[in-house]
Parts: sequence; structure tokens; C-alpha cells
Amino acid sequence: MSFQEYKDIFYNGVWKQNTGVVQLLGLCPILAVSGSVVNGVSLGLATTLVMILSSATIAPIRSFVPNEIRIPVFVLIIAVLVTVVQYLMNAYMYGLYVVLGIFIPLIVTNCIVLARIEAFASKNPLKASAMDGLAMGLGLTAVLAILGAMREIIGHGTLFAGFDLALGEMAKNWVIHVIPNYKGFLLAILPPGAFIGLGLLIAGKNWLNLRQEQKLKGSKARITPIEGGCSPASH
Amino acid sequence: MKRIVKSTFQTAINLVFFALIGTAILAATFALTQDKIKESEEAAKLKLIAQIMPSNLFDNNIIQDTLKIPADELLGTEEVGTAYRARLKEKPSAVILEAIAPDGYNGKISLILAVRENGDLAGVRVVANQETPGLGDYIELTKSPWIKGFDGKSLKMFKDVDWQVKKDGGKFDYMAGATISPRAVIKAVHKALQYFAANRDKLFAANVRPTPDKMKSAALKEKQP
Repeated sequence: MSFQEYKDIFYNGVWKQNTGVVQLLGLCPILAVSGSVVNGVSLGLATTLVMILSSATIAPIRSFVPNEIRIPVFVLIIAVLVTVVQYLMNAYMYGLYVVLGIFIPLIVTNCIVLARIEAFASKNPLKASAMDGLAMGLGLTAVLAILGAMREIIGHGTLFAGFDLALGEMAKNWVIHVIPNYKGFLLAILPPGAFIGLGLLIAGKNWLNLRQEQKLKGSKARITPIEGGCSPASH
Repeated sequence: MKRIVKSTFQTAINLVFFALIGTAILAATFALTQDKIKESEEAAKLKLIAQIMPSNLFDNNIIQDTLKIPADELLGTEEVGTAYRARLKEKPSAVILEAIAPDGYNGKISLILAVRENGDLAGVRVVANQETPGLGDYIELTKSPWIKGFDGKSLKMFKDVDWQVKKDGGKFDYMAGATISPRAVIKAVHKALQYFAANRDKLFAANVRPTPDKMKSAALKEKQP
């Protein structure tokens, strides 16, 4: 695999086919956990880890799995890996485990994991599959972080609150009170806030895409007449 | 026909094979992490105890002065639990109880309570819950000071009907849109106080029964020389 191919996979996962704002897969955790930056980033990274591991596990054994039972086998492998990650977090990152609670086991049901395995890891070699899992996971993490930041600022008036639960005492004073003496805005913290925030993010992504397209078109539009104009003259 | 049976059989074997490998990996991970998980949970619990038990209430080693208490309907427990006893100059001053509110919005809510010997609550904390993030989770101190509303309350102070959220005619605050979680917590705390009232003397009984863990380590020590 060449460097360019890795770059393409990475670009594809993080931006072009972003799970959160383009594929819109795994909406349940996106909407439920994005109430704060720490929750979003933590679950995003946990999902990324599961995606890398499951892609890297399934890619090398893909030829041994009969086609008819591939979905149950994939789900089984994902479930095992999620539970392993859950045990490890429970043992070594207890604070974070308590914060994320039910959403760690729910990674199993995040369709983005199964979707990437079905669409990519079951057809590609190990390294590329692991890269795809990493890129897709990071794309999801980025969306969760941005959405978490939006909702945390609007809902609580803070940013980076609660990082001490994930990283220990040293992160206790990371919290930034963006809006001092803020009374809080419940809508942003509740599920509707997540829907509205995600909607805005999708709109923002589409706007960027559109602008880029128009730029390309614009530059082409300027170039074409010159080409067209030149060719008859040269004859 | 024979071919269908054969391929079905092979597919089934294949699935069983993956299931077995998965089970083995899970069992191994569980065996490797369970001690550490217990340790982490214990450490988190001790941190909580320090939060709800004022340090001027005891001079004994609370962690060592434990009592195994059988499962009880009033505590909502289904397994043998641990009560930690606080003593000041040998006199009982408070006890830490574990209680479970079975009727949270998303299942059980585990609580820890410190009750002074006169029946006043020194403090209550939520140890574990799966309430809706950003909605029902204000029962945790990290999210809201709501749980501190129990400090100093007692059965003497409030009648039975007062142990409800204000919306239901009680004396306890709640947040609009999430009454199920506080209802469950208030009910569990109320019942735990009734348990304390009924078992007060038993809870403070002086003899320290060694826990199975300690017996094991004691047995190990004897073997060692």
C-alpha cells in the first residue's frame, strides 16, 4: 500500500465520508453523549479503538468466514471486543467508565462499526482496514467533540468541564467558564439540542462542500473560455 | 438434501468455533481484570465515604470496622452488603450503609449513606447509576448539588409523606422534566433510614467480624513462616 492510498483512506474517513455528518450512522451515541466535550471525546476514542481492533481482527480472517453467517460472526467479534474494552476501562480508567456508563456496551449496537466492517474490512487487507477504522473513528470523534463543545458552551456556559474524571486530578482546572454566571440553557443539553446542533453541523459541512465546488467550477469557468478561445485561433 | 444438511452443519460448526474463541477471550479478560475492577470500585467507594463522613465524627479505621449485613428489602439489596462503622473514642458515632434504589429511570441506582448514631443523615451519594445523561443524572454531585439536600435530614424531622418530591406533596426539590430519578433516590433513602432505625443496635454491635478476604489473608500469613 502506498502512502497516497493511506492518505485517501484517511481523508475519506475523516472528511468525505464522515460518519457523523455525512453517513449519519451511529446517531444514537452521537446525540446522547455529546452533552459535553469530555463525554464526546471519550466515547469517540473508545469507539475508535473498537473500530481499529475489529477491523484489524476481521480483515485477516475474512476468507475463513462463510458468506451466509458473516454478519453474526462480525457482530460476535465486535461484541467481544467491546466487552474487552469495557473491562479494561472499568479496571484502569474507572472515572471515565463511570462517566460513559451504558454507552460503552452500546458501542456494539453502533451501526458504524458493523457498516465499516461489512463495507471495508471484509474486502481489504489488515493494514488498510485498520487505517479505515482509525480514520472513521477519528471522524466520529471530531464530530462528537465539536457537537459536545457547542452543547456544553450553550447549555452550561463551560468548556472542558469534567476532564478530571477521565484523566485524573491534573485536569481539574482545565475547565473554562466561557460565559461567567451562566444560568444554563436546558434545550442544548436535552436531546433536541443534539438534533439541532447536529443539523447545524451537517449544514455547515454541506456549505463548505458547496463553496469548494463552486470555487472549482468558477476557476474552470474562467479557464474554459480561454482554452476554447485559444484553440480555434491556433488553428 | 444431503448437501444442504452438510453445509448447514458446517456453517453451524463455524459459528460455534467463533463463539468459543470469543468466550475464551472474554473469560481471560474477565479473569485478568476482575481484581483490578474490584480495587477501583473499592477505591472510588472509599473516596465517597470520605466525602459524606465528616472527619470529626470518627477516630477509628472505618475501612477495617465493617459488618456484613444480609440482603434486606429496606435497603433494596439482593446480596450481602457491607456496613462501615465510624466510632469516636470507642463510642459509635455513625454508620455507612449501601442501599439500592431499584426503580430508577434506567434501572438500579446504587447509593451510599452516612447515618449519625442519632438517626440524622450525614450525607448521601450516588455510587453508580444509568440515569439519562444531562437529564436525570443531577442526582450525582458532579452534576448538581441536589443530593446535598439530604444532609441533616432524619425520620424525626420529616413525616413519611414528606419523603417525596415537592410535586408529589413532599419536602424535596427536583428538576423539571426529571422526577423519576429523584423519586427513586428519595424513596431508597427513606427506606434505608427505616432500616437504620430498626437495626441500630445490631449495626453498632462492638465485635468486628472478619470478612472472608481478611480470613484468607490471615490464613496465608499463618502458612507463610
